[in-house]
Amino acid sequence: MESLKAEGVNHIFGIPGGANLPTYDALVDTDFHHIQVRHEQGGGHAAEGYAKASGRVGVAFATSGPGATNLVTAIADAMMDSVPTVFVTGQVRTELIGTDGFQEADILGATLPFVKHSLQVADPRQIPEYVHEAFHIASTGRPGPVLIDVPQDLSRADIDYAPRTDPVELGGYKPSVEGNIKQVRIAAKALANAKRPVFYTGGGVVNANASEELRELADCDPFPVTSTLMGLGAFPASHERWLGMLGMHGTRTANYAMDEADLIVAIGARFDDRITGKIAEFAPHAKFIHIDVDPAEISKNVAAHIPIVGDAKRVLPQLIREYRALQTDSSRLDAWWKQIHAWQKDYPLSYEPGKDGEIKPQLMIEAMHRATQGDAIITSDVGQHQMWAAQYYGFDKPRHWINSGGLGTMGFGLPAAIGAKVACPDETVVCLAGDGSLAMTCQELATCVTEEIPVKIFLMNNGYMGMVRQWQELFWDRRYSSVEMGPSPDWVKLAEAFGATGMRCEDAADVEETMVKALETDGPVLLDVRVSKEENCFPMIPAGAAARDMVG
Amino acid sequence: MEAGTPELVKLEDLRVPGQLSGRKHILSILVENKPGVLARIAGLFSRRGFNIDTLAVGPTDDPSISRITLTLDGAVHPIDQVTKQLHKLVNVLKIRDMEPDETVAREMAMFKVSAAVENRAEIIQFAEIFRAKIIDVARRSMTIEVTGSAEKIEAFERMIRPHGLVEMVRTGEIAIARGND
Repeated sequence: MESLKAEGVNHIFGIPGGANLPTYDALVDTDFHHIQVRHEQGGGHAAEGYAKASGRVGVAFATSGPGATNLVTAIADAMMDSVPTVFVTGQVRTELIGTDGFQEADILGATLPFVKHSLQVADPRQIPEYVHEAFHIASTGRPGPVLIDVPQDLSRADIDYAPRTDPVELGGYKPSVEGNIKQVRIAAKALANAKRPVFYTGGGVVNANASEELRELADCDPFPVTSTLMGLGAFPASHERWLGMLGMHGTRTANYAMDEADLIVAIGARFDDRITGKIAEFAPHAKFIHIDVDPAEISKNVAAHIPIVGDAKRVLPQLIREYRALQTDSSRLDAWWKQIHAWQKDYPLSYEPGKDGEIKPQLMIEAMHRATQGDAIITSDVGQHQMWAAQYYGFDKPRHWINSGGLGTMGFGLPAAIGAKVACPDETVVCLAGDGSLAMTCQELATCVTEEIPVKIFLMNNGYMGMVRQWQELFWDRRYSSVEMGPSPDWVKLAEAFGATGMRCEDAADVEETMVKALETDGPVLLDVRVSKEENCFPMIPAGAAARDMVG
Repeated sequence: MEAGTPELVKLEDLRVPGQLSGRKHILSILVENKPGVLARIAGLFSRRGFNIDTLAVGPTDDPSISRITLTLDGAVHPIDQVTKQLHKLVNVLKIRDMEPDETVAREMAMFKVSAAVENRAEIIQFAEIFRAKIIDVARRSMTIEVTGSAEKIEAFERMIRPHGLVEMVRTGEIAIARGND
């Protein structure tokens, strides 16, 4: 507990059980704010939401066995999206390990593929050291989840705690943050020669808190900027040189620009298949500068011509300095901008307006933007609503768009909103939920009510697991299979049963007004918005196709 | 290049290095001697689809550090990516991709060969040619120990196989850099 305090921890999400009873007993005498969630997965995602909103390490506790395995989805999610998190699990007593004891699960073994690191305590005196190591590893370099597994008997031992004064030193872990200056110089000189450059930025820019540096670099000459789903908000969507998101549901402009670029500057992005589509035909004319704090991401999927290992916060100022030292001619980009503007004019994001009060999902997102003045922290589940929000909300600030990108975890939104609201109590936090997703973690409404965490849930309810339905419609001959959600539950009554406020909106004319009302209502609110049932999310690059083959 | 007007880099001149070396690589990896380290490495290889050809684990002169020597095929795997992924494991301290010209690599193997009395002389002769040792003799079989490069062991196997190979055990290669004086 002392070590956690020394790491600056204020909030812990979790659930007690047999194997972590000693830990929870110790909590009674501390001033940590412990948020008692209703399912360990919720605690894990809440820790992620906390970390993503604040940049601080999120912490979740669970007991052994099922408590620990319930955390697994959140741990995997935190690994995929590089979220700084520390998970502390209880374990059965030392002498029971390996005997299939009650509530024993080899959580260390189970999570090996998707932790940044993990530690099992063998001696109670290791606990402080392990806690400090865990926070150091979770929060530095490329952030990620660290698991500490503590056998029950060791967590009840009394040890002397001396505050740590020296920094953590690990022989096998020394992330490089500073970019190699020779490489940075080559990059600047290549960029100065590029006639069709595109900046392709990702979640790494958000993690590095390098939004201002990115903007400054993009302003050195008029450079066009696109971003992945995870990077939204790092470059303001209201900026005139913003191309929109790229990738599977990105804008045509962003994807066509990648397709015709001569130089792509990838910053904190990892060339995921949702970005590249058919990799053999990805950005066929481009050379690549790849800036990433994780060397293993460089040339993993797409070979980099100019690799730069380092933290964006450090590398971008280096690149800005080197670029400014060159004499560059910004008119070399005129023809490129003419082409980009033509795409923007020909292929804006658009949708058919609804008839007779029908609420189009895209309209719901636009209304959400107005109701929140574009300034709320939006968390999201996974599916069509997530993509529509990415397309239509227009994020201007980093850490205001919190969603599950890499793992694509349905049910992420509500617990993540809880974490975000705990981390940023003065911000408006809205969970944009899907009806398929919310069903997976809606028990956390109880957490919102009991712990008085006033998140607002805007449920985009189309009665389907909409993205799966869309794929079945487009690629599986409209043979719908287990995607319809049916009439259950009545979301308004469900919210009320939990003690939250339930509201419903079924007319396009009322959406914004109802949202404002929900935002003005005290406490947690669930607003059930009945949108078009079978709207598809377009444009789209079909899986495995190339950017220029976008449909819709 | 004049001062103040640095030459720019022509995009068409930029190249990427080849990803596949096309040859066998021996990676010598120093790891912390902690529980689960081998599981982390084995798990990394299996989930990334890297195929280990041989693997040998043993202590070093420092009891807190173990050495893992593994070989893999650089024609199939981008070695650079393999080493970068290995480096992400916190317990991995150092990785050396052994340069073939500057490395001495050895493997040990034991062959149990069915050896009727009339064949024994020939088998013993093979063993002598390969500087192998006969370490066990029974009524119907002999066991021979061979040490050398993987190629030598494979050559010995080819010679001995026609006599009836009962069982073969190989350690996997270990390697050390040649002295540089």
